[in-house]
Amino acid sequence: MKRVLWPLGIFIVLVGFLAVGLKLDPREVPSPLVGKPAPAFELPVLHQPEKRFVPADMRGKVWLLNVWASWCVSCREEHPVLLELAKSDVLPILGLNYKDRGEDANRWLMQFGNPYQLSAVDADGRIGIDYGVYGVPETYLIDAEGVIRYKQIGPLTRAILDEKVLPLAKALKK
Amino acid sequence: MKVLLLALFVSVSLLGITSKAAENPNPQTEQRIRQLEEKLRCLVCQNQTLADSNAELASDLRRQVREQVAAGRSDDQIIDYLVQRYGDFVLYEPPFKATTVLLWVGPFALLVAAALVLISILRRRRRAPEEPALGPEDKRVIERVLGPADAPERDGSAR
Repeated sequence: MKRVLWPLGIFIVLVGFLAVGLKLDPREVPSPLVGKPAPAFELPVLHQPEKRFVPADMRGKVWLLNVWASWCVSCREEHPVLLELAKSDVLPILGLNYKDRGEDANRWLMQFGNPYQLSAVDADGRIGIDYGVYGVPETYLIDAEGVIRYKQIGPLTRAILDEKVLPLAKALKK
Repeated sequence: MKVLLLALFVSVSLLGITSKAAENPNPQTEQRIRQLEEKLRCLVCQNQTLADSNAELASDLRRQVREQVAAGRSDDQIIDYLVQRYGDFVLYEPPFKATTVLLWVGPFALLVAAALVLISILRRRRRAPEEPALGPEDKRVIERVLGPADAPERDGSAR
């Protein structure tokens, strides 16, 4: 009996490990930036090249920084969610237009709608590197003190908003 | 004709040398950059190093490495810079710390455990007493089942 039980036990443990491993997403790299101040930058604003944006402008507000690009396919998937969120007016959304061309970015916003209060233009992706961006879209929830509280890698969905982002934002606003 | 070919050959090989020279202003720095890039992971195609990857992010990060080397920062400073942004994952070889102990030590611990199990099994087998000789009780059982000790088959063959 013991002879059968031992390999069976080992097999079950192994299956357990593999089952957990299957559910982990290797694309989701935990960001070391969560809990740290959002890196400072100064970038021109899309549409208004004479204006410049610095994250410090948003001090005192809880806001979302959404990294997007017109060439990014998953951004289209996420876009309706952002539009809906912008309409509900709970969280200001600011864009970081990542490694894009101005005219493409404008056309994209014309075509799909613009959920952003403004989009900062990171044409060569340097600010993206400061924020640890490696797969667009990425979204950061930043609190009133300018600290990153949550990072979403990949498209935001309604479920992620309702379960994670919005409750956290609500708690941060208090 | 031979002279022409030779001239062509020489000019082409010279061309190779000059273009390489433009790429490597300082072969030592170039090697240092290459070594750094091999220590770092591309986050888009995760099983490749920065040096191997063709992803756009990898080329941006290579540019960062190059610029920082040019700015005179040390290897550790450059690696710290990337770890601050992308976490330990950006290191191709994970660092040895509390959360990675199992990763580094686990396989060796398993090996040692397996060796111990093997040794204990072998010892137990050696120490196990020899099969006891048949006692009178066993002999009686055998006789009951197989009949008396002088084999009946032999009798049969003799007949």
